[in-house]
Amino acid sequence: MTAPDGQVAQPAGLSRPRDATPLISVRELTKVYPTAKGERVQALSRISLDIAQGEFVSLVGPSGCGKTTVLRILAGLIADYTGDVSVSGKALHGPSREVGVVFQDANLMPWRTALANVLLPAEVLGLNRKQAKLRAQELLTMVGLEGFERKLPGELSGGMRQRVAIARALIHDPAVLLLDEPFGALDAMTRDTMNVELAAIAARSKKTVFLITHSIAEAVFLSDRVLVMSSRPGRIVEVIPVELPRPRGLDIIADPGFAATVLRIRRLLDSVTASALPSIAH
Amino acid sequence: MSDITAPELKLPAAPLPRLPAWLRARPELALTPLVLVVVLGLWQAVVSLGLVSQYVLPAPSNIGLALAQGLSSGLFIQHGLVTLGEAASGFAIAVTAGLVMGTLIAEVRLVERAVYPYLVMVQTMPKIALAPLLVVWFGFGSSSKVAVAAIISFFPMLVTTLAGMRATDQGRLDVLRALGAGPFRCFALAKLPDALPHIFSGLSIAVVFCMTGAIVGEFVGASAGLGYLIVQANARMNIPQVFAILLTLGAIGVAGYALVQGLRRRLLFWEPKQELSRP
Repeated sequence: MTAPDGQVAQPAGLSRPRDATPLISVRELTKVYPTAKGERVQALSRISLDIAQGEFVSLVGPSGCGKTTVLRILAGLIADYTGDVSVSGKALHGPSREVGVVFQDANLMPWRTALANVLLPAEVLGLNRKQAKLRAQELLTMVGLEGFERKLPGELSGGMRQRVAIARALIHDPAVLLLDEPFGALDAMTRDTMNVELAAIAARSKKTVFLITHSIAEAVFLSDRVLVMSSRPGRIVEVIPVELPRPRGLDIIADPGFAATVLRIRRLLDSVTASALPSIAH
Repeated sequence: MSDITAPELKLPAAPLPRLPAWLRARPELALTPLVLVVVLGLWQAVVSLGLVSQYVLPAPSNIGLALAQGLSSGLFIQHGLVTLGEAASGFAIAVTAGLVMGTLIAEVRLVERAVYPYLVMVQTMPKIALAPLLVVWFGFGSSSKVAVAAIISFFPMLVTTLAGMRATDQGRLDVLRALGAGPFRCFALAKLPDALPHIFSGLSIAVVFCMTGAIVGEFVGASAGLGYLIVQANARMNIPQVFAILLTLGAIGVAGYALVQGLRRRLLFWEPKQELSRP
């Protein structure tokens, strides 16, 4: 894998000196959910983040901290928030063509073949059928599913289904790939393999990737930067740059820099979880 | 040295019956007809020996005779087609109405709030009890039978369609919504196919119910149809003919059910599971 993002200077923090406009820009994003009792729960509090073109950024945090809410807002699935969200310089109001989403479950249509599933966005967006079919074929080859085009999701393994979902998210050539714990439902070994492949796919397709995960190692392995969130209300407490060379193989786990970064994030998460405890008890 | 055991070996051992391979693999192919033959044999014997009155339980041979007569004279076919037409029309109305209403109630909150309480009320009522009223309203012709068939088949269709539409996988909808798909696309690409297993459960109930509806309608008042024929035969104490008509009805029911199952296998090729509910 040739990493084009290897040349990109590792950013540290929100300010990205050289890029004029970041691909994804979130300012003061706040989201409040009404509960059944009529109370209001603050899910997100004044979240700001920038993601540059071609960057791989992960968001880690404890369960229920609002990670998925951030992703669903970026995917255009949640519309009632306050703050500014823009993709490619355009304010985001609802779903955008610039975005491809991979959810925790593959969410494939079980009545469609792998190829037809990949073609689904092309149908919805009304893309040229012939071109889309060629591209779908290419994408399936890229995710290692050549020869499985005619298989139904029921005939594929969990890892293969998630690969189809990744190919589907890329069919309309979006600028951004949003991933919501895409390998959370897979076993540890498949997960490692999928992470290596995801890194390769991100590099090959030159996509900007925003990954939600609660695996710190996964985040460090894949990302240029890791955003650390705390819960109640969900906010970004720190941005950790990952200063590791690319391409990265699984043996990078032995790298002292990898271990140090993981440990740093681990401690950070432990501290925010501990500091959040009194307010929960309260 | 083998002179002690040798004679023993020469004893004619009872040869085990050599069953053909297909029978060993699927013994039910022989067992199921065997059960039928045994039951029919016992039945025939009980009646022939005079243990049960011919009027209560006619012999299978007499029933067979009545069936052959009914079919060859064209009587059963003529009346069968009447009943079949009523049931099929009722089925078509029930399926269309059930699918449309079920979808509207599931999709449009306003419709749900306005109509659903009444539907639940009507559903708890035994719809068969409406048959006499429907005959008064629609007359002695076939339309009253179509109405009874439609009403009693409608509710299983409605309930299963509603359940199917509500069981839509939210994850798959998220995929479509993130692409900006509108309500119609979401319906066609996810909700409807996702609801099909439920809808087919409704269809296999409705296909049986619509025959019941047509027959009950004919019981109440009719001048044609297998239900009318049963009432006539019963009144003349022609019990073998009653049994023969029941067999004909059974055959029509099985054919309808098989048709729905065949369609199900074709449309739900992606679903390995068994049907959600059977009638």
